[in-house]
Amino acid sequence: MGGKVVTISSGKGGVGKTTATANLGISLASLGKRVVVIDADIGLRNLDVIMGLENRIVYDLVDIVEGRSKLRQAMIKHKKFADLFLIPAAQTRDKMAVSPEDMVKLTDELRQDFDYILIDSPAGIERGFRNALEPADEVLIVTNPEVSAVRDADRIIGLIEAADKGPGKLIINRLKTNLVKKGEMLSSEDVFDILGLTIIGIIPEDELVLSASNSGIPVTLNLQSKAGMAFNNVARRVIGEDVPFMNLDENRGIFQRLVRLLDGR
Amino acid sequence: MTNLLSRLFGRGKKGSGATAKDRLRFVLQHDRINLPPERMEEMKREILAVIVKYLVVDKDRVEIDLEQRDRSHSKLVAEIPVVINTPPSAANSVNQSVSAADGSDANGANKGVDTDGNDDAQDGDAEDDDAGKETEDAQTEQRENGEETKDAKA
Ligand SMILES: Nc1ncnc2c1ncn2[C@@H]1O[C@H](COP(=O)(O)OP(=O)(O)O)[C@@H](O)[C@H]1O
Ligand SMILES: [Mg+2]
Repeated sequence: MGGKVVTISSGKGGVGKTTATANLGISLASLGKRVVVIDADIGLRNLDVIMGLENRIVYDLVDIVEGRSKLRQAMIKHKKFADLFLIPAAQTRDKMAVSPEDMVKLTDELRQDFDYILIDSPAGIERGFRNALEPADEVLIVTNPEVSAVRDADRIIGLIEAADKGPGKLIINRLKTNLVKKGEMLSSEDVFDILGLTIIGIIPEDELVLSASNSGIPVTLNLQSKAGMAFNNVARRVIGEDVPFMNLDENRGIFQRLVRLLDGR
Repeated sequence: MTNLLSRLFGRGKKGSGATAKDRLRFVLQHDRINLPPERMEEMKREILAVIVKYLVVDKDRVEIDLEQRDRSHSKLVAEIPVVINTPPSAANSVNQSVSAADGSDANGANKGVDTDGNDDAQDGDAEDDDAGKETEDAQTEQRENGEETKDAKA
């Protein structure tokens, strides 16, 4: 079967799917894997700008599906990694232009030459989500530690299981450690208790994510970034490494240390 | 010790994170069975309406709740306390339930308060004591008089 198809989805929009896809793509490539990332969010093309490849697009996903472009012609090579490619979404077409079967056919072809095919799923539970889900070998569900995001994640998890694509794995994005410590944010343990899925990544809130998207250089290439490091850890877990979760505690002051000591942590 | 420290520094109290978790549990319970809370209440009322056609139940202590182990395992658990029946000769069920209420008040457990708090044993005792006197008790309109009436008879 060759390469593995990993779909990145969520229930709610804006939780960080595109950010996660771009960073996982970069990290997997930097780990020496041959990678294609596919933007399946037709009509809301985004992955190209996050990866800094927007000015190189000639053909898109719909062009491939409708036969106007050969697969290879539409694949955009990353500036830094020779084995990392993007297939952009069409910006002017609607989701119905691509079917789940089209996606299976496309990814089956890609599996032969690549180790990982990452699919950035659109938000929601409509056609675009079905397109992204159908070819998946593994599904990563991105959520934020917030009531509405977790609720919508639960919905999508149910659909993924109903489609026999489960159990997915969770990426908890935008965790604010200081708020969790004050009891003012759901912790990763809380989210796990509620959703009951294995956590494959905990990504802290990080301002550098915004600068990264401004410049089109995903944050995982910035060694200063904790979010970048956390995404890199996710990539290593995806390829099967056993990577401990990093300590996201920003200011381990004397008080915290004391509490931990007394707590036996 | 840790608790004390945490509390001293204002970390022990329940923050909005815990509230978020509780609220999530609630909405997901209903999302997962595809039955919103208001429909669930409607269902409970209908279930109860059927049961009271056949049994006298202590309506205030009825509990019908959803128990959820995970996404794919939910069960509806009902606890419906039945008021212990009096001998076959007793009056019809409406009168019985009235007498149950009067009876337990008569025991003095909850004088001047609603009957909600009484447990099964008290109800049962009341029934036994009053066996055969339902009609009279039921006719005792004022609750406060219940005890006197009963004492007088005892
Ligand atoms: N870990 C993070 N820290 C700070 N901002 C983030 C983080 N992850 C995502 N964001 C921001 O959240 C917004 C939505 O992210 P995006 O990846 O486009 O979500 P989605 O693809 O799920 O709609 C973007 O503005 C992005 O910069
Ligand atoms: Mg997106």
